[in-house]
Amino acid sequence: MKPQKAAPAPSRRLTKVMTGIKGFDEITEGGLPRGRTTLVLGGPGCGKTVFALQTLVNGAHSAGEAGIFVAFEESTQQIVANAAIFGWDVAGLEKKKLFFLDAKLSSADVAAGDFDLSGMLAVLAGKARQMNAKRIVFDGIDVLLASLEGTTAERREIYRIRDWLLEMGLTGIITQKAGSPDTDERYGFLQFMVDCVVVLRQQLTEGSAFRNLRVVKYRGSGFAGDEFPITLTGEGLQLTNRGPTELTYPVTDERISSGLDRLDNMLRGGYHRASNILISGAPGTAKSTLCGLFAAAACERGERTLYVSFDEGASQIVRNLKSVGIKLAPHIKSGLLSMYSTRTRGPNVEDQFGALRNKVREHKPHCLIIDPLSALSTKLSHLASADAAQQFLDFLKIEGITVVNTSLMDGLNTDEATATGISTIADTWIHMSYVVQDGERNRALTIVKSRGTGHSNQVRELTLSDNGVTLTDVFVAQGKVLMGVARWEWEQEEEAAAKRVKVASELRRLQLQLAQAEAAARLQVVQTEMDAREAEIKLLADATGSAKQLLRTDRAVLRKMRHADEEIRARRTIAGDTDGDVGRV
Amino acid sequence: MAPRSLDSILRLRLYIAGRSPNSVLAESNLRAVCAAHFAAGHELEIVDLLQNSELAARDRVIVTPTLVKMSPAPTQRLIGNLSDHQLVFSTLAAE
Repeated sequence: MKPQKAAPAPSRRLTKVMTGIKGFDEITEGGLPRGRTTLVLGGPGCGKTVFALQTLVNGAHSAGEAGIFVAFEESTQQIVANAAIFGWDVAGLEKKKLFFLDAKLSSADVAAGDFDLSGMLAVLAGKARQMNAKRIVFDGIDVLLASLEGTTAERREIYRIRDWLLEMGLTGIITQKAGSPDTDERYGFLQFMVDCVVVLRQQLTEGSAFRNLRVVKYRGSGFAGDEFPITLTGEGLQLTNRGPTELTYPVTDERISSGLDRLDNMLRGGYHRASNILISGAPGTAKSTLCGLFAAAACERGERTLYVSFDEGASQIVRNLKSVGIKLAPHIKSGLLSMYSTRTRGPNVEDQFGALRNKVREHKPHCLIIDPLSALSTKLSHLASADAAQQFLDFLKIEGITVVNTSLMDGLNTDEATATGISTIADTWIHMSYVVQDGERNRALTIVKSRGTGHSNQVRELTLSDNGVTLTDVFVAQGKVLMGVARWEWEQEEEAAAKRVKVASELRRLQLQLAQAEAAARLQVVQTEMDAREAEIKLLADATGSAKQLLRTDRAVLRKMRHADEEIRARRTIAGDTDGDVGRV
Repeated sequence: MAPRSLDSILRLRLYIAGRSPNSVLAESNLRAVCAAHFAAGHELEIVDLLQNSELAARDRVIVTPTLVKMSPAPTQRLIGNLSDHQLVFSTLAAE
């Protein structure tokens, strides 16, 4: 029997039904086709049932449209219980807006020949009229179809449902397992007879599960045909790749302390409020310590803070930070600080970000620490997780939350490049590295970038001690950065050199003083000598003077005497010859 | 919950959907089996869901046709057009 029935021509323009699934209504330009049938295909655990039920619940809640859920695979109790996880008030809605039909065939039923769904559809028609239902879900239709004998009967029943939906004017969602070649071949025709086909797919990337959604077909409507990552959050299913396509969020010039004065100085005043700060570095480069400082500083300002850690327990973090003088315990006690520790492995990345979102909504922090964000990003090779991270960070920015996250650099060759791509969305990027030199490892801190603020380009050495954390200038000598003991030695050496210079100059001064003293002493001797000479000269002069005088006197006397002599001589000459000697004088 | 009859009379309820091929077949097949094996005494109630859809909830009927054997115990359900007479007979006769 070949179905010849053509689908009745659409009597009115295509209108749409909002699913309330964040992102889905956007990519389908309004949701599912009203009054038509949508087929949701997917393997087990992809979220088909959630997709369908969420559309019903949203219809009942937001649009006031009653809905019917026909469960072929799970019991209605199971479905209601599962829905409770998402906080949908299914039980409340069940009274007026939702009706669940348990259409699970009992295994005890004896199959004795061909059957059809006309009875069930008659029942549903009555119910739909009574409730004025607009939406209906047939969940797990393959289970029922499998109990039919032969594909012809299967097709016949599918067409029966499709035509019934059109006749009733109901918006239908049929979910069906897909993924195995067998089912794909068997139920491939389903895709041709419905107006809209949505495929949910789960894939494993590096051991982690990702869920994706793709609209394969949508008659009479435009749609985005890409595969979109989806997340099961506390509120249900949502497309991860959404959020503001236009990035608009309030920005502020307010600065908040990083918890480390010198780092604040390097950043010209601290982190920007509502910015996101990436601290990257190898293991043990004190990334967590910087996180701890920030958390403590935030709490001391009286701001609510959420500290998210992966693979390290909260109490261990508190203890470790205490060892470097950062005390978080009192803030935890006061309720300002909330610690949330979880495993990296486990739910997929989108779900983890979903969980984080819920934590943020719960605690309403001003400041958030994720240590390390790269714990999630081991899976970030997958585009979807990078998307998820970006979505999450955008969400924080809109909420005005300042977030400090760390990123582990595995291996030393990564240098200053994060594989995650988080760095491109980080407003401030601080990189911690080891400098290995002279047999030691020291921690160096550099600010790689900081949007909207001037920042120091200098490398600082970070030291940890019982008293806390300090940033020290590093020395650059002979083109090498000196840190740790080398820096200390350099400092010592500088000091010694200065001392040497001081001593040497003192010595020189003394020597000069001595020389001067010697010279002065020599001068004194000379002066004394001169005085002596002078005295001598004077004496001599005196002596000479008196001698001359004497001489003159003598001569005078002599002359007088001679005169006398002459007189005598004359007398003598006159009187005879006298002594010859006297006359020769 | 169908009240259990003390006597051993066979009480059956057949759910159908109007005059659909399977519904018509089921009714004629059932009447044939009953005439052949349970001629001594049986009660047959036929419920057309197109007329009385709310009655389906009573026996959790999903597909049509569905035959419910209410007494004697054990209660039993058969689905389909009952074309396999031997299976229908053995199921209804089971004790």
